[in-house]
Amino acid sequence: MAKYLFLSLATVAALATLTLTGCGKKSGNEILNVSYDPTRELYKEINEKFAAKYEKEKGVKLEINVSHGASGSQARSVIDGLKADIVTLALPSDTDSIRLKGNDLLAEGWEKRLPNDSLPYHSTIVFVVRKGNPKNIKDWDDLVKGDVKIITPNPKTSGNGKLSFLAAWGYVITNGKSEDEAKAFVKDLYERVPVLDTGARGSTVSFAKNEIGDVHLSWENEAYYQVKEFEGKQEVVYPSTSIMAEPKVAWVDKVVEKKGTKEIAEAYLRYLYTDEGQEIIAKNFYRPYNEAILKKAEWAKPIKLFKITAIAQGWDDASKKFFAEGGVFDQIYQKPAGK
Amino acid sequence: MSIKTQGPVKIDLAASPARRGHEDPLLVRWGLTLAAFGIVGVFIIIPLVHVFTEAFVGGVERYYNALFNDRDTFAAIKLTLIVAPGAVIANTVFGIAAAWTIARFRFPGRTLLVTLIDLPFSVSPVAAGLMFVLIFGAKGYLSWLPDNDFDVINNWPGLILATAFVTFPFVARELIPVMEAIGSDEELAALSLGASARQMFARITLPNIKWGLLYGVILCNARAMGEFGAVYVVSGRYRGKTLTIPLRVETLFQENQIPESFALASLLTFLALITLVVKAGLERKVQAVTASTPPPEGKEKA
Repeated sequence: MAKYLFLSLATVAALATLTLTGCGKKSGNEILNVSYDPTRELYKEINEKFAAKYEKEKGVKLEINVSHGASGSQARSVIDGLKADIVTLALPSDTDSIRLKGNDLLAEGWEKRLPNDSLPYHSTIVFVVRKGNPKNIKDWDDLVKGDVKIITPNPKTSGNGKLSFLAAWGYVITNGKSEDEAKAFVKDLYERVPVLDTGARGSTVSFAKNEIGDVHLSWENEAYYQVKEFEGKQEVVYPSTSIMAEPKVAWVDKVVEKKGTKEIAEAYLRYLYTDEGQEIIAKNFYRPYNEAILKKAEWAKPIKLFKITAIAQGWDDASKKFFAEGGVFDQIYQKPAGK
Repeated sequence: MSIKTQGPVKIDLAASPARRGHEDPLLVRWGLTLAAFGIVGVFIIIPLVHVFTEAFVGGVERYYNALFNDRDTFAAIKLTLIVAPGAVIANTVFGIAAAWTIARFRFPGRTLLVTLIDLPFSVSPVAAGLMFVLIFGAKGYLSWLPDNDFDVINNWPGLILATAFVTFPFVARELIPVMEAIGSDEELAALSLGASARQMFARITLPNIKWGLLYGVILCNARAMGEFGAVYVVSGRYRGKTLTIPLRVETLFQENQIPESFALASLLTFLALITLVVKAGLERKVQAVTASTPPPEGKEKA
């Protein structure tokens, strides 16, 4: 009996090694796009269409893989050795952290390599409320009234989380108020957050599926995704002003050079700027950089977007000032009592 | 062991609760039994049934497609069938070695070793995962490995390592008492009759511990297949490459593909149920071994 047990275990081990060494051989036609949480549906469509187009034009069959998660954690994984050919993260500061902390992974000046400072689409933070807007939430001030409970992900890990915080902060600042007032506002706001999920999609599950909270501070694209997926239960509310989110894209130099995938990676990212790519982007509720296609997107309601430079010197500076150890977020955030 | 000293005490202890049990009012006995069943029903049976009903909400065809016609899901099933046995094999080899050392020898640091074996039970799986990232990551102590294209993190070896760490104690924990109960007399006899070490192990030790070993392996495997936290940290969430079944279940759930997510969860649950049946059968065998073997030895010694 035991002899057979060992025989079978040994066989499994041998088989496993064989399969794995087989899998381990990487052809140059395989690329990995490491992205943030809510882009799952977008890149699923982009990957299919791009692979088909590439095969038709070059006769090469591609295997495009993806990894999704909270933007900050994704950047961390790439720094720790996840072999991403492409990074399409939520914040330029996350991408830049790969340049700063990874060993020669990303070249300096990566933002200048592609059109529009490597920004094929932009987005912002909007509100998702329960159908009929029972708490009558129309703008940022309404978030801190009465017993409103807010769902938004953790700014430490998530791009959505950081942007929600920055949008709230910027709302106060762009209305001509002081940083102290902004601090008081975000403190009040985060005291109303019962769960800080690690990523944007986690928050969506908390709000839409587990039905926690009255308002969800969400990516615009994620907001429409939720309303579509959980039909009839929620609606999108546009605040008076919000942040201009810039999910810039880049190929990872060290990886593409080693794998010989530079040409494919660049073609992939440039595809995002083509009319076909921009249409897919608009269809998935991201604001395409092509003005004409953006205008056609009826869902994209006009909203006053302020740039990151309105509240900090840039994304890296904002990231350091607000979210680094001991930064503004650490100063204002205390875990809700009893949690 | 010390049967004599425990003898009289044992009788008192054994008799009194039994008698009191019979004297308890009918209401209390039935109430407690019902409460126990009720809690098990609410917390275990209902969710279990729910997993299967949700899985089949979209019909049998959708269920089948969810499991076998989805590239990433199928890859997750294959990956789990590699990672779990990988971890189990590692822990079986280690478990036998550790149990042998601990049950057969007295040496300084023995208690420490026993304690250390249990450590993975008390370390959070997430911390375990992070530990491997710190060691094998591109910025870790052993970063020359990924630098030379041997990825541990974000790759299958990392998944096996993380799973093996979390399931580390199962086989050893199971074997130590079995080996201690059986004692070394038969092995010594074999050696004195001229058996080689290998013969002794294959013909005496292994047959003696086989049920305990199998039991440990089954438990280890069950835990290995279901591991989430440690694996999540080291996986890099690389679809079709490093997502095991539990990670894939979460991904599907987050993408609002609920029937698909439950279909895969039901597969995991089904495997757990099989484990449970096998485990129940083995439990009896193990008990028979540990209960029956020592008394004759003890008598002979005395």
